[in-house]
Amino acid sequence: MTTKTIRILKPVVFVLTLLPFLGILVAFRNDTLGTDPVQAITHYTGDWAVWTLLASLVITPVRRFVPKLGWLIRFRRMMGLFAFFYATMHLLTYVLLFSGFDLPGALVALRAGDLHTVRQDWVAVWPTMVEDVAKRRFIQVGLASYVILLALAVTSPQFVMMKMGGKSWQTLHRMVYFAAVLAAIHYWWMVKKGVTTPWKDSAVLAVLLLARWAYVLLKKKPPVRAVAVA
Amino acid sequence: MLIGKAPQFKSSEITPRERFLNRRSLIFGGLAAAGLAYEWHQKMPPLYTPSVYAATKLTTVPGQPSLSGETVTPVGKATSYNNYYEFGTDKADPKANAGKLHTRPWTVQLEGLINNPKTVDVDTLMRYKPLEDRTYRFRCVEAWSMIIPWVGYPLAELIKFADPQPSAKYVQFISLADHKQMELPGGFDWPYSEGLRMDEAMNPLTLLTFGSYGQTLENQQGAPVRVIVPWKYGFKSAKAIVKIRFTDKQPHTTWNDMGPDEYGFYSNVNPGHDHPRWSQAHERRIDTAVFPHSVATLPFNGYGEQVAGLYKGMDLNRNF
Repeated sequence: MTTKTIRILKPVVFVLTLLPFLGILVAFRNDTLGTDPVQAITHYTGDWAVWTLLASLVITPVRRFVPKLGWLIRFRRMMGLFAFFYATMHLLTYVLLFSGFDLPGALVALRAGDLHTVRQDWVAVWPTMVEDVAKRRFIQVGLASYVILLALAVTSPQFVMMKMGGKSWQTLHRMVYFAAVLAAIHYWWMVKKGVTTPWKDSAVLAVLLLARWAYVLLKKKPPVRAVAVA
Repeated sequence: MLIGKAPQFKSSEITPRERFLNRRSLIFGGLAAAGLAYEWHQKMPPLYTPSVYAATKLTTVPGQPSLSGETVTPVGKATSYNNYYEFGTDKADPKANAGKLHTRPWTVQLEGLINNPKTVDVDTLMRYKPLEDRTYRFRCVEAWSMIIPWVGYPLAELIKFADPQPSAKYVQFISLADHKQMELPGGFDWPYSEGLRMDEAMNPLTLLTFGSYGQTLENQQGAPVRVIVPWKYGFKSAKAIVKIRFTDKQPHTTWNDMGPDEYGFYSNVNPGHDHPRWSQAHERRIDTAVFPHSVATLPFNGYGEQVAGLYKGMDLNRNF
């Protein structure tokens, strides 16, 4: 794969991965978000956050086992940033819609220049969110996962990596595994009893983690026997 | 009493026998089945109103109490967003899968600690008392809500007919569980079981429900017969009921079995008692707006005046 091809491919992949987000906007415009749009958007953005995160995690094992596909590395950061993007949408959906904040009402008030109502509404729902973070495990792990993604997104530019130094940058970015595992736990703790929908994402994540573990085991050379020096 | 005679029909008994046998269509082998179905559909004796399937208009009288002044949820939303795990765990599943369900013939068995145990045909049941229009708030435990015009009559009427013995303290509702017609996902102990205390079941708000929006219930709403208990979370309102059992002990209930810390036996709508994973202080009101408005949840779903007395002296945080 030549650098030129990759340069052409990058915007294509970018637009393709952005399509799900545009899909929400179109669905909103056409009023096809379904009966409970808040829940629909929450699930949709959450799904895409996890899927793009898994896409970013699939790149390294594939490169290791199929060296020919080494060029995939050029897309890893983009996928990681998309995971952060969709996770941000997911969080915003929670803050602005799920929390009980009356977004449609706030938009009407904003247009009328009535900031007081917006503030009042915000003050009313704020304690619910604080309580959620303080009390609910699934929100805590979800938020922890988001904070990790935020740190990785902020440190993703080349110049930050240079500044940090490769070794410490890599150590920080290995946190992505924690982010993924926390996201999976977040999903399992969120669904109702008897619901098994998270299993597919979890299975993919498990395979990806096992692939890394397998690689580490394979790479390990047989231990060199220490030679006793007289 | 009309209901006392609740006939048990087989389809072959419905059409007068000689006409049934003389049907020319029966001679033509391949056409026979279709002809039979058509005949059954067309020539039903008047005693048995033909095939009251979904989307049949019902004759109703105004009922009290009934909400007015709140925006009714559009019927399309109320019939496409349902929690009905027998047909799948996604809220779009019931509409997609419930078409397979046959709601006729259908009987409801009254059993347990009563003086009048009977198996009653659902159409007989539907004609037992005048059907009332009752628009109620419907609050799901998942923090969304709808305003739905139900059609039915107080469950108390049927309980009086069943004539409970003094030892009967609870009413249990058993729903249909049929692998041939339903998905019945694993992990649940089917059939679905729900229950009420006798005084809750006798409350005039508790509705034996056959329809909504002036028509018979859609299959995904729990056709042909369900209960609606408007001051409790939606899962307390059992669907597709085949058995009503009167017991002296608190019956097991499906969601309580699944997670006793999440779904209590009472499950009264209570903004002050959180679900372990979300607050119950607000609800997303699903009506005509594209984005549901956030509405403050009311104690007993706004029916405190009628039902708060039932729980006098009880700690509703412990008995959630």
